[in-house]
Amino acid sequence: MLIMFQLVFTSVSVATRNKRKTHLCCDMAEVEDTLKRIQGYNGVIGSIVVNAEGIPIRTTLDNSTTVQYVGLLHQLTMKARSTIRDIDPQNDLTFLRIRSKKHEIMVAPDKEFLMIVIQSPTE
Amino acid sequence: MFTDETLDLIGAESTWRKSHQQTQESRSCQTLPVHTAEAETQAKDVLENSTQTQDQISQTLSLDRDISDFPGLVEFLRRVEDVVIRELVKNSKSHAFDGFEVNWEDQNDSVSCMYRLQHVDAQERGLQVTSVSWNCTGSVIACGFGRMDDGDWSNEKASVCTWNLDRQNLNPMRPDVIIDVPTPIMCLCFHPVRPSVFAGGLYSGEVLVWDSSRSQDLILAQTGMSADTHREPVYQVNWVPGARRGEFVVLSAGSGGRVLLWTIDGAEAKLTLSSGYAFVPQQMPQCGAASKPRGSTTIGVTSVALSPWDLDTFLVGSEGGLVLKCSFSSGTVAAVPPDGESVTLRNPMQFSFSPRGGPIHSVHFSPFHRNLFVSVGTDGLAHLHSVLQPHPLLSIRVSDSYVFWVRWSPTRPLVFAAVTGQGLVQMFDLGRRSLRPTSTIDQNTGGQPAYCLEFNPKHTNLMAVGNADGSVNIWQLSAELTEQGAKETAVLEQLANEVTD
Repeated sequence: MLIMFQLVFTSVSVATRNKRKTHLCCDMAEVEDTLKRIQGYNGVIGSIVVNAEGIPIRTTLDNSTTVQYVGLLHQLTMKARSTIRDIDPQNDLTFLRIRSKKHEIMVAPDKEFLMIVIQSPTE
Repeated sequence: MFTDETLDLIGAESTWRKSHQQTQESRSCQTLPVHTAEAETQAKDVLENSTQTQDQISQTLSLDRDISDFPGLVEFLRRVEDVVIRELVKNSKSHAFDGFEVNWEDQNDSVSCMYRLQHVDAQERGLQVTSVSWNCTGSVIACGFGRMDDGDWSNEKASVCTWNLDRQNLNPMRPDVIIDVPTPIMCLCFHPVRPSVFAGGLYSGEVLVWDSSRSQDLILAQTGMSADTHREPVYQVNWVPGARRGEFVVLSAGSGGRVLLWTIDGAEAKLTLSSGYAFVPQQMPQCGAASKPRGSTTIGVTSVALSPWDLDTFLVGSEGGLVLKCSFSSGTVAAVPPDGESVTLRNPMQFSFSPRGGPIHSVHFSPFHRNLFVSVGTDGLAHLHSVLQPHPLLSIRVSDSYVFWVRWSPTRPLVFAAVTGQGLVQMFDLGRRSLRPTSTIDQNTGGQPAYCLEFNPKHTNLMAVGNADGSVNIWQLSAELTEQGAKETAVLEQLANEVTD
């Protein structure tokens, strides 16, 4: 009983000391893991995370494609959101899906970030 | 002071006789050989210069920034992940859009003949269109006149004509440019980048390069008749990327069993041989059922296809019905006695596909799949092949007569077109699985063959067909034949991965 207690105590102290560092480390891993999980889904060609200024911060595509997708889709998402809110100010955009001949583009919007996933619809 | 003195007689013998008998001696002398030596010196002039463009993208990307700069990111991802994944799964299982086509534009349902181009002079002499080629901008078409039905050695004059289809006052009966050539044209090919430059192969074995933008003397370069030149008709010319970036060399292939690469020497207006390949039956790679062609010393090349994916690989179709996979970088020397060529001929053959019953008139690589190609020949069949397998994936009956040319559609991965000896263009859609032509386009030649076909590289709904009656038809294709369907590439991929026994 006593030994167990001690063990718990030490681990707590370690945790407090490295709190900031471990926290960051886990975040980083979690972000990468999430992107990896999404990337692993059926037919996913690429996924991009964009910040509020429309600057991509994580991507699985090459740079020029990323910049092009982000530039255009950021605008489109903002436009779509304002359309929804203009129609009904109580409403808001929650998700955007664009079906094209070759792809399906999904945009998950948020106050601060956008997540763009490009999927090929073939099964 | 003066005394008389008597002196003894002194005789002086006359020498006048002797002088004639005087011995003569000749002496000679020689200077030392002049030694010359030459020495050269040159000041070394080294100039180094470097330049670097600014990496602009980095300003719009912040991929290297630490996650901690974006505090809400993890929460955002946690929130969004489930939604995204749910949608991804839903979407991959959804059949909601199957068979749904959007009509953004007016659909062009019919195939129509835009122009029927003719050169009266060539038609009067009964010349046939042996080859057509579009230039890289897709506005100019070149037609080579020659003869396919005549096996005799001929010195009949022929011509190359070009029409610019984008011109306002296009006259289908009068070409923009007419170039006379001494012997029939067998093949033509426009430069992949320069819109006015094209190469042609003659019946005599010569290869020429013209530049139609010049005001006089349109010949940019030619092989002339040298030890290097083909000695038999050139069946195919093409442009291959050269050693330097942006440079192209001319590839020519002929029934003499040679594939030659020529570099253009603009200053001397000459084509110089840079490398050569010979096809010798003894060196043919063994394939299961392949039998060696008897009684010939070389494998006559009738068609060549370049891979759009792998610049080292090319396919060769032969008079004996063989289709061979070849490599430009092959190092083995061909077993042919040297015959005055300026380069050593190499043996490019790597792999032989199952042989066919007659000459292979045309081979073409799929622009959508790196392993697929189609070949046609006098047996009237089109064989769909994977480069990885000796036996065809599909064998399709195109016609009861000869098939002279085949091309994949540049826009529809599953469609190819073939021209037949009955003057028909047969279009096949592999997605249909019925193996019958989806459309048949009659060239109105009165039963005479059509020899060549080429899709326009820019205006992909245009197709040019060259006929034996000396006319070239420009067809506008329907949307059905030009618009890619939803799952075509996947079907093509599936087709390519089929295994034959």
